Amino acid sequence: MTTTTALTVAAWPGIEPRLLRHGDEDLATYREQGGYQPLGDVDHLLGEVDVSGLLGRGGAAFPLAVKVRAVRDNGRRRGGAVVVANGEEGEPASIKDRWLLRHRPHLVLDGLRLAARMVDAARAHVYVSDRRAEGAVETALAEVDPAVLDGLAISVVTVEPSYVAGEETAAVRVLNGGPAKPTDKPPRPFEEGVAGLPTLVSNVETLANLPFLHRHGAQAFRQHGTSTSPGTFLATITGAGRPPALYEIPHGVAFSDLFRVHGVPTDQVSGVLMGGYFAGLVNRDILDAALDHESLRGLNSGLGCGAIAILTDDCPVAVAASVMAYYDRENAGQCGSCFNGTAAMSAVTSALRDGTATNEDLARLERWSVVLRGRGACATLDGATNVAASLLVQFPQLVASHLENGCKTCHSGAFSAVRPYEVEAVMP
Amino acid sequence: MRIKLDRTVCDGFGACARHAPEYFSLDDWGYASLVGTGEIPQADQDAVTRALLDCPVHAIIHSGEHRPSGDAAAHHDAQEAPEPEPKTENSEAISGFVR
Repeated sequence: MTTTTALTVAAWPGIEPRLLRHGDEDLATYREQGGYQPLGDVDHLLGEVDVSGLLGRGGAAFPLAVKVRAVRDNGRRRGGAVVVANGEEGEPASIKDRWLLRHRPHLVLDGLRLAARMVDAARAHVYVSDRRAEGAVETALAEVDPAVLDGLAISVVTVEPSYVAGEETAAVRVLNGGPAKPTDKPPRPFEEGVAGLPTLVSNVETLANLPFLHRHGAQAFRQHGTSTSPGTFLATITGAGRPPALYEIPHGVAFSDLFRVHGVPTDQVSGVLMGGYFAGLVNRDILDAALDHESLRGLNSGLGCGAIAILTDDCPVAVAASVMAYYDRENAGQCGSCFNGTAAMSAVTSALRDGTATNEDLARLERWSVVLRGRGACATLDGATNVAASLLVQFPQLVASHLENGCKTCHSGAFSAVRPYEVEAVMP
Repeated sequence: MRIKLDRTVCDGFGACARHAPEYFSLDDWGYASLVGTGEIPQADQDAVTRALLDCPVHAIIHSGEHRPSGDAAAHHDAQEAPEPEPKTENSEAISGFVR
């Protein structure tokens, strides 16, 4: 499609994009292309969402229809519900939420309106940390007639960016006047969220799929993707010494095709870092995998928020050490298991990279990667254990060579990015 | 009796694991996580209640009980918020790092 900055933005070859467009889209353009269609039958739309199988695009891939029903039903019992469009994209290697908000704010607002109707919410919030996204959404809200938004009261709330600020309970906590840090569960927002009301916190890309579903229905939605990972998704592709790209890809495409389209020879690929930082590392087995949830689950990994860093020259041990150092710095500092566990795992992975780790260190890392899972209020610690466990399972020979201080790549100046594969740095 | 443990509050004193080790597991640094769903059968309620009352930072609370929150006090609607419904089987299903 287009290259507007150093970031390549393109739909997968041969598909009509649903989420990506050229340039900034204003109200007139969005309406010309069929946006903000009046919604008559709310239950019909929810039925279409259900049949579509739309899964959340924020990382957890939870079925949207299930979440919507839970919030709607809880809201009926409790006298109201709230909707939050979550655009606080905490993963540094992901750009898709910010891209949508900056360039297609009306698509997100249209989706937010439809979601609010489905849960019968009178109030909604757009939760962001990116100033350009904030500006684009404010501009969009100023030019749209409130009646077009079905009278929904929408506010934009901006926080300082951080890894944990985008977690759903952190969003709720901010909207309730607190800091942008997660809370322990229960309750989850669908039970009790903003102002104590059941709250639908939904990723902006998830919401951006609703106008398509409203206009074209579930069957059209399912024309791309697989039966259990339906539709297209936005993938932020980094690494491999190539400029980053944002692609709209049908679920189920082969990784080998993605590498080819992205201009990376498959014989140079040593693995990938999946899901932003959250879903850990995969070795060259990724060449036989597909970009859908089932395929990646089979590799004990996941699509997460759709951010994929391709590893070619970068040593996976050093990448794991950098990511672990990031988790050590960027965790919320709330749960003891998390701030201690990430610090301890960071110390071992850094020592491994530097060729100074011992067998005992490695045994501890392996144990922590198992026993620390699930011990945090949010899943930050799980992300760190995913990185540790996947490094040990996917790259055992490389780990062994680092124990002998035998990595030539790391000797000649190890990979040490503070925010590995960050996209914002190259998107002016 | 149903309890929950707020791990953002836990300071690793470990009193809970001394009183009710089957319900509170400690990590290498002494920080607790709840074992199981938080549903406590009659036979174990005395021990778990001791754990609850002995926690110096009040990280263990009866489920459904509202923790006084400085966060919520700042919100103009917070005082009008209704009490939470009991959790349902279905509502426990939503998990994962939801962004």
